Amino acid sequence: MDHLDILEAKSVYILREAYREFKSLCMLWSVGKDSTVLLWLARKAFFGHVPIPLVHIDTHYKIPEMIQYRDRLALDWGLNMIYGENSEAIRNKQTFPDGNVDRISCCRNLKSEALKHTLSGEWPRYRMDHKEKRYHLDNNREPYTGVIVGVRADEEGSRSKERYFSPRDKENEWDVGDQPPEFWDQYKTDFAPGTHVRVHPLLDWTELNIWEYIEREKIPIVPLYFDRGEGKRYRSLGCYPCTNPVESEATTVKEIIEELRSGKFANIAERAGRAQDKEDGGGLETLRREGYM
Amino acid sequence: MAREQFRIVIVGHVDHGKSTVMGRLLADTGSLPEGKLEQVRQMCLKNAKPFEYAFLLDALKDEQAQGITIDIARSFFKTKKRDYIVLDAPGHIEFLKNMITGAAHAEAALLVIDAAEGIQENSKRHGYLISMIGIKQVAVLVNKMDLVDYDKDVFEKIKSEYSEFLANINVKPISFIPISAKEGDNIVADSEKMPWYSGVTTLEQVDQFAKTPTLEKLPLRIPVQDIYKFTGGNDDRRIVAGTIETGTIKVGDDVVFWPSKKKTGIKSIESFNTDQKTTASAGAATGFTLTTQIYVKPGEIMTGEKDPPPCVSNRFKANIFWVGKAPMIKNKNYKLKLTTAKASLRLAEIINVIDATDLTSDKSKGQIDRHDVAEAVFETVKPIAFDLVGKSERTSRFVIIDNYEIAGGGIILEDLAEGFGSLEKHVEKREDIWEKGSISQEDRTVAYNHKSKFIVFTGANHVGKRKIAKALEQKLFKEKFKAYYLGTSNVRLGLEADILDKDSAYDEHIRRLGELARIMTDSGQIFITTIDNADEYDLQILKMLNEPNEILVINVGENNLSQSSINLILDKDEDIDGATDKVYQLLKEKSIILEYYI
Repeated sequence: MDHLDILEAKSVYILREAYREFKSLCMLWSVGKDSTVLLWLARKAFFGHVPIPLVHIDTHYKIPEMIQYRDRLALDWGLNMIYGENSEAIRNKQTFPDGNVDRISCCRNLKSEALKHTLSGEWPRYRMDHKEKRYHLDNNREPYTGVIVGVRADEEGSRSKERYFSPRDKENEWDVGDQPPEFWDQYKTDFAPGTHVRVHPLLDWTELNIWEYIEREKIPIVPLYFDRGEGKRYRSLGCYPCTNPVESEATTVKEIIEELRSGKFANIAERAGRAQDKEDGGGLETLRREGYM
Repeated sequence: MAREQFRIVIVGHVDHGKSTVMGRLLADTGSLPEGKLEQVRQMCLKNAKPFEYAFLLDALKDEQAQGITIDIARSFFKTKKRDYIVLDAPGHIEFLKNMITGAAHAEAALLVIDAAEGIQENSKRHGYLISMIGIKQVAVLVNKMDLVDYDKDVFEKIKSEYSEFLANINVKPISFIPISAKEGDNIVADSEKMPWYSGVTTLEQVDQFAKTPTLEKLPLRIPVQDIYKFTGGNDDRRIVAGTIETGTIKVGDDVVFWPSKKKTGIKSIESFNTDQKTTASAGAATGFTLTTQIYVKPGEIMTGEKDPPPCVSNRFKANIFWVGKAPMIKNKNYKLKLTTAKASLRLAEIINVIDATDLTSDKSKGQIDRHDVAEAVFETVKPIAFDLVGKSERTSRFVIIDNYEIAGGGIILEDLAEGFGSLEKHVEKREDIWEKGSISQEDRTVAYNHKSKFIVFTGANHVGKRKIAKALEQKLFKEKFKAYYLGTSNVRLGLEADILDKDSAYDEHIRRLGELARIMTDSGQIFITTIDNADEYDLQILKMLNEPNEILVINVGENNLSQSSINLILDKDEDIDGATDKVYQLLKEKSIILEYYI
């Protein structure tokens, strides 16, 4: 087994463990490369099927191509696709692009709050109707007790401290100082009522591993990651007001891998283009303690 | 192209410089992102504190404020040879569980000892625990040599003292390296300040750690993780999923599941987006279909038919470490997780509690406290399948859950199989104090014209067990016999409403059903119920709990149970009347219902 086989096997084991243990389980899909690899790993774990609903938090500031790509894959792969949003913050313009709050508060409103209330079922969820090819209000309001998330330890400091199975309390908060032990392949799969568990199958993957795996498996990836003639591409995808493309002429997965392995990005952090990271001394820790992915 | 990935943990006493070693390794191998070093230097300037390499790793605000590592951090660095994931573990005793978490995922360990402070409590405790966890390769870094003027004697003294300690626990360190992480001596480059040392640098040592030997040639062990049938996705495959711990499977192999001892063959190996596979080896998270439709449960261990079998037992001796907030005590139910199996667990006996810092043992302790290491005897209700640590490490490890949390971990040293010893004792004790009414069994038999009996219908789901059981109740009732059918859902939401833990629910259901049967049969009734897919151990437990009264077991549909544990097999397609007649005849043959009226 090569290093990708080993990473894949561990992630598959974790996904199967989550599926076995959590009655009400979902997987967050931002449609970025990491969570798309995660979705692919679910197809590996469950032999072509994805028996877990996918939840997308729509901030309304995602690059439009991301949403089109999301819905195309949802239809092609028969995904149980759900999205949620903070419609109130959007209506009341409590966002950074509207000029009313700072970047961190904007993330908190459009992502953390939307996520928290979508997972708990308090705010409306919309589910893809595969016959009509559009979304309807979802009648299922049951809280999700297991949430699979595609974070990687190499992304930033607080993520390097994560567990594979990480409990969050009723307020979605993360007690970083008192995390559960994980001995060998045994994880925290028992949880008190009212709490939920975040599951992180990609913790050991690096950005390079992600691209190597996309290359090996030929995973369809949103085209924003490639240069399409402007000498620019996105290295990390988020909301367009806070995510900047990088200078790069990589047009294929192979070229991206080359850039990361020995080329211009070999020593530059992936989230360098994400503005919100820089506004908090603890990296993303403040946001992440409150429930940010 | 494919680069090897290797996992290392850095352990040692608090403040001996683990994070600094790690930070140095990252910085000196050029593994830091551009600007990171400068960013941390700037932050130190801004906050008027001296720069430390440890700040590169201690990412949490609390960690930077207190200058200690609270939680493990994963860092990635690469050398020419391979890629590394390094887990920097905290050294403070309070965070011992985090240290073990880091170590439990590593293939080799760097143990850091402060040259000025010398060997401390956690230098020893960590040494002990990493060996117990199963890490075979340890290199000792004697750090902060700059504080002792790079004195060879200081280094040699620590080396000989610590070697002696490790020898007592059968650990032979690969190397001792004198370093100064702060000054960069013997980390990546040789130190000019210690000409007396000619051994490897830290980085050279790291590259010399050997990859865990391949496990594919060992006897097959696949713990069943789950069984999938995605009928909704138009897929009729019934796939057994599991990660291969050791060994290799191939299509056509004869295999056995433990503890059920069911035998079958491998029909196909399943995968997504690959070529059709015919084999899979250790490490693979695989899936396969079977040649016969047998019922296997998650948690069973699959082996090859010719492989040495695992132990199947409900009593074993183990070495455990305890990190739970509450001590581990006797007469309390815990949950055991061993590979993918789960079972109700009790602490039966403490042999001794070991002080990992001086290796003294205390044989008089009545409980296992937080951060204790102990040798103890444990019991599960039903037998589980496992291996001994000397035979197959990966299937000998377990964790103990207390109140939703992983509170301890251990390795099994010895199988103390003694059948159902503790259950026998329980029944004996119960019967001793059983308060009899004024009507004897014989009186009831005469009055009711039948003996009491506990009748269990079992077999796969949806084979018509309940229909037959209810028809039997009706037939017996019509004959004026005292029969009662118990529906399983009646107890689930009633007598068993207090069972919240899904993993112990089944075993507890069996136990309560057995106790209930004892009461129902004592009242002279023919007590009928159904159990989906009961295995031999379930039936054995029911039989024992129902004693001194008797049990009759009827299997409906395909039978996987041995002749000795069942009394009758009914075909799945048999009509209800025919089936009830057969049971009725059996009751007559066994003189449960009497053919003549007294």
